[in-house]
Amino acid sequence: MGEPQATAVAERPKLTFIQKCKTRRGQQIICTIAFLVIPLLLLFVFTYLPFFKMVQFSFYDRDYLKVRKFVGLKNYLDVFSRDDCFQALKLSLYYMVGSAVQIALALLFATILSFKVRGSKFFRGALYFPCLICGIAVGFIFKFFLNPGFVLDTLLGWVGVTGTPNWLETEVVNNIVLVACSLWKYIGQNIVLFIGAIASVDPVLYEAADLDGANAWQRFKSIILPSIRTIVVLNLILSVSGALSAFEMPYVVTNGAFGTSTYFVVMNKLAHTDMKVGLASAMAVVLLALILIVTVAQKLVEKYMDYLENRPRDYGVKEAAE
Amino acid sequence: MTTNKDTHKVRRTVINLLKYLLLFAGAFVALVPIVSCVITAFKSNEEYMNTNVMVLPKSWAYLENFKAAWTQARMGSAFLHSFMILICVLVGSVLISAMLAYVLNRFQFPGNGLIRSLFMVATLIPGIASQVTVYQIMTALGLVNSFHGYIILMLGTDVITIYIFLQFFENLPVTLDESAIIDGCSYFGAFFRILFPLLQPAIVTSAILKGVSTYNEYYMAGLYLQDKTRLNVVSTSLYVFTGPMGSQYNYICAGVLITIIPALIIFLACQDQIYSGMAAGAVKG
Repeated sequence: MGEPQATAVAERPKLTFIQKCKTRRGQQIICTIAFLVIPLLLLFVFTYLPFFKMVQFSFYDRDYLKVRKFVGLKNYLDVFSRDDCFQALKLSLYYMVGSAVQIALALLFATILSFKVRGSKFFRGALYFPCLICGIAVGFIFKFFLNPGFVLDTLLGWVGVTGTPNWLETEVVNNIVLVACSLWKYIGQNIVLFIGAIASVDPVLYEAADLDGANAWQRFKSIILPSIRTIVVLNLILSVSGALSAFEMPYVVTNGAFGTSTYFVVMNKLAHTDMKVGLASAMAVVLLALILIVTVAQKLVEKYMDYLENRPRDYGVKEAAE
Repeated sequence: MTTNKDTHKVRRTVINLLKYLLLFAGAFVALVPIVSCVITAFKSNEEYMNTNVMVLPKSWAYLENFKAAWTQARMGSAFLHSFMILICVLVGSVLISAMLAYVLNRFQFPGNGLIRSLFMVATLIPGIASQVTVYQIMTALGLVNSFHGYIILMLGTDVITIYIFLQFFENLPVTLDESAIIDGCSYFGAFFRILFPLLQPAIVTSAILKGVSTYNEYYMAGLYLQDKTRLNVVSTSLYVFTGPMGSQYNYICAGVLITIIPALIIFLACQDQIYSGMAAGAVKG
């Protein structure tokens, strides 16, 4: 390979390795390699290697650090047959409904905050701040807040509601409560995101709508929603994988007690407390497969929405028909 | 015509009223759990036992709970350790991400697109799932129970910072570094002397976001810094209160507030950077 090339560029002097390194191209290559080594090494060791190991371990009956025995698909069969593994995914339904509510509320607040409102900085800050609080602290805050007879019960007592259940120990209720805690912590992120998206809408559209005498709801339905539709739909889809991998609130508030163990809480316990690394790996692989499916669906939707947006719009036709 | 205008006005007022009602309700729900913690943190043991949680404390100058929480959770050493980790992680991740973004943005080479997608795909794997086997790798590397192991791990799990820098490089004209290189500057020189100082806004944004998430990170800290007497950090320091102290909420609330205060200060000081950084990271991530 080297020989014919050398004859082709015979007029160029032959360079030693050191000289080659000093050319611009050589320098560029050295710089590229030097700057890429660390990030790629980190990416490989802490993301891709664990992934391959996970797939490998999922076929073994593996204790925490030693003892391995090839068991074929047994771990996968266990994931689907044990009461505490795949069944735990049912709890994700609570979190999915919760995320839909979260996105709807976030849209509402983002729309309000995007227009002239007194104290908008305060309101946005108040709604956003919870997601900057450490998870463990959030856990304690809600253990305190929901303790029988404590803050929430007192507040409800003020408006005449008594005889409330034990918020964290009554099944069904506790899962709804945990979803609400998660909404409390993360809604701020959606709000900030949607405010950003609404800010990029051409203000001329609002002026035109004002001239036409559009009310707030019409303005939302006909201008804001179509303009930020893509980001809303993407957030909805992202929240599906978020709900499948729900972990934080049940981990820090109830530690999975009283029927609040989500899939990842079960997996975490199997891996790090019961030391069943093989089974936990199989659980992780199953969930990754589900997330992959959701992501592919997301990409397809993204493509479809791009297509819709680039297609010539039939402005007003639908409105007139109504 | 006048009646029409009047109904319009009435409707406007009603909508306005509704708007503020909603905002106050939202802010109330967001703040009430935190405010109730503040109230309880200032109560003496006796007051805590005998009054309802929402009754205001007798004195807002009663700081004994904060002192007790500070010593029991060993916050002094925890803050020192967290600060040390924070500095290392911030310097490391800013340098690594800026260098990576520089190479990916400025140089065309085979594999450029592949590397970008490798980082993209990495975001799909939830952190909790990969920790099942990362733990085995960390053990094999002898990095469990050491600050440097934890710091290295924190450097490796970072994609948002990379996107912030990539986006920033896209808006930095190539002529800047090209002219420097024509003048005889090396590529390293062009990066460190010409471009790096210009990256300041991106550095501030990513440092704030990464800083808050590092300060708050508790899951990996619990896994990899198990020796709590030697390797305690702020985020996990509150675990002290899970044992027999589990119901002394006046101490616990004081502890919670101590851990929140640094985040609150950063938030009040850098709100705008946090919002813009979040939007930038989220659009691409």
